[in-house]
Amino acid sequence: MNVHDKYKPLTWWEKTYLPAIISGVLLTFGHFRRNMVNHIKKAIGMKPKVSGAVTFQYPEVRRPFWPRLRTLHRLVRREDGSPRCVGCMMCETVCPAHCIYIVAEERPENQIEKQPRIFDIDLGKCIFCGYCVEACPEDAIRMDTGIVEISAYTRNDMMIRRDQLLSLEPKKEYYTERPDLEGKPVL
Amino acid sequence: MADFIVGAVEYLSKFIFFIIAVLVISPVLTWVERKQSAVMQDRIGANRAEILGLRMLGLFHALADSLKLFTKEYFVPKGADRLIFHLAPCISIFFAVMGFAVIPHADTLIISGQPVEMQIVNLNIGLLYFFAVLGMAVYGVVLGAWASNNNYALLGGLRASAQMISYEVSIGISLVGIILVYQSVDLMEITRAQGDLLFGFLPKWGIFLQPLAFFIFMAAGIAETKRIPFDAPEGESEIVGYFIEYSGMGFGMYFLTDFLETILIACLTVTFFLGGWQAPFIDGWILQTFSDSTFLGIFQLNNFILTIVQFLAFVFKVCLVIFMMMTIRWTLPRFRYDQIMNLGWKMLLPLSLFNIVVTAIIVYFIG
Ligand code: SF4
Ligand code: SF4
Repeated sequence: MNVHDKYKPLTWWEKTYLPAIISGVLLTFGHFRRNMVNHIKKAIGMKPKVSGAVTFQYPEVRRPFWPRLRTLHRLVRREDGSPRCVGCMMCETVCPAHCIYIVAEERPENQIEKQPRIFDIDLGKCIFCGYCVEACPEDAIRMDTGIVEISAYTRNDMMIRRDQLLSLEPKKEYYTERPDLEGKPVL
Repeated sequence: MADFIVGAVEYLSKFIFFIIAVLVISPVLTWVERKQSAVMQDRIGANRAEILGLRMLGLFHALADSLKLFTKEYFVPKGADRLIFHLAPCISIFFAVMGFAVIPHADTLIISGQPVEMQIVNLNIGLLYFFAVLGMAVYGVVLGAWASNNNYALLGGLRASAQMISYEVSIGISLVGIILVYQSVDLMEITRAQGDLLFGFLPKWGIFLQPLAFFIFMAAGIAETKRIPFDAPEGESEIVGYFIEYSGMGFGMYFLTDFLETILIACLTVTFFLGGWQAPFIDGWILQTFSDSTFLGIFQLNNFILTIVQFLAFVFKVCLVIFMMMTIRWTLPRFRYDQIMNLGWKMLLPLSLFNIVVTAIIVYFIG
């Protein structure tokens, strides 16, 4: 059976493409009219009920992140500022992109044996799957910094080092409970 | 001296029309295209180009675009036919610009008692001239495609020539109805003939006398401009078209040609089907209200005001048609190539022939 046989053949009227064109143009024109009215209302100072566009003017206005969004990693610190990470290599092992490089060293006090001397993440390879966060037994690595603008001129610069990871803070204010109710209304 | 003034005013008015039509509207059209599509799609559209903190709703993007195109490298591919490669965009844009010569943009203006036709060239075979110009437009495309020594470009050129030639047939035949009804191939005469009233209230415009021809002309006209939904020759997004090897201003000229052709088709649609510069009901009122006293030394007051109003009416109608074409362009997806050919040869051509027969019979018995 031909794949096309399951569709009804087009009638003569449909073959002129006119019905599809007319309904399409009516739809787009409807959007144009509604948005234009709202834009003009805003321009002359009246407050339209909904905005004429769903655009966020990005660098100035940030779209709130979903609470589950995975952003740049950070390493959690203990009270004394040393890394909570115990260098167990779980994250390095689970990472599907093989982009974590850990070299452990001995910790000065001996309740906790190890801490990472080197903890590099190659962000050029990372796929932001969040498995490292899931795998960590110490909850030492998290992805809640709210940093999504990650770029560099060279591949080497895409490496993020231990001290940088340790210095990052969570950014609660970038996240939201209900992004659909904040900022602009979703049309 | 009087002759000099008449000549100067004549050339000035034609020059202004040309400047507005070609050099102002076409860059503004890129802005209109961006903004209109944005509003249609609930977006804001390009608005980041700024001069001294002034953004002007993104109007400067047209400037930024042209700056970019002018300063980019004009790259000639290896093995290209250099002469034709350089010539092809010029041919393309040349014929698009030529088309504006016969468009009447207002009725006769009287300067020092001498009538001056508001048309860049007052050709009595304007319509045939338009066909000729349209027919030549395909050369720029095909030559450019052939000269760039690239198989994809050549295939794009083939698609373009097949499409443009097919739709020229429909355009030509649909306009035969107009010639039959208005008994002229002079665009000025055709526009003048649309000034009368039908049954006392309906302007005798082409769209009312030849509705079928109007649809055929619009569809075929959009196909002539090679824009979506008929952009199989170009297909920038994936199937790459005839200007793939062009960069910098070579590409810019092809790009401009598309916009110029859009304006040209809009101008012609207005001239043939929407009464050209006719401003029905207002013109009689203007002639009665204002006296025919001398104005600025050389004009007649009522004639002068009427000419301005007619010119504005023409521009307004053209903008309306362009808006419609843009709406269609941002609504429909691209037709498949076989659909384009089917639509051209199996739908528009028979319809336009049918239109001629019916029109001829009616004109024979009534006219
Ligand atoms: S997010 Fe995934 S890919 Fe990135 S470092 Fe963690 S485990 Fe590896
Ligand atoms: S971040 Fe967690 S999983 Fe990775 S080495 Fe440190 S403690 Fe182990």
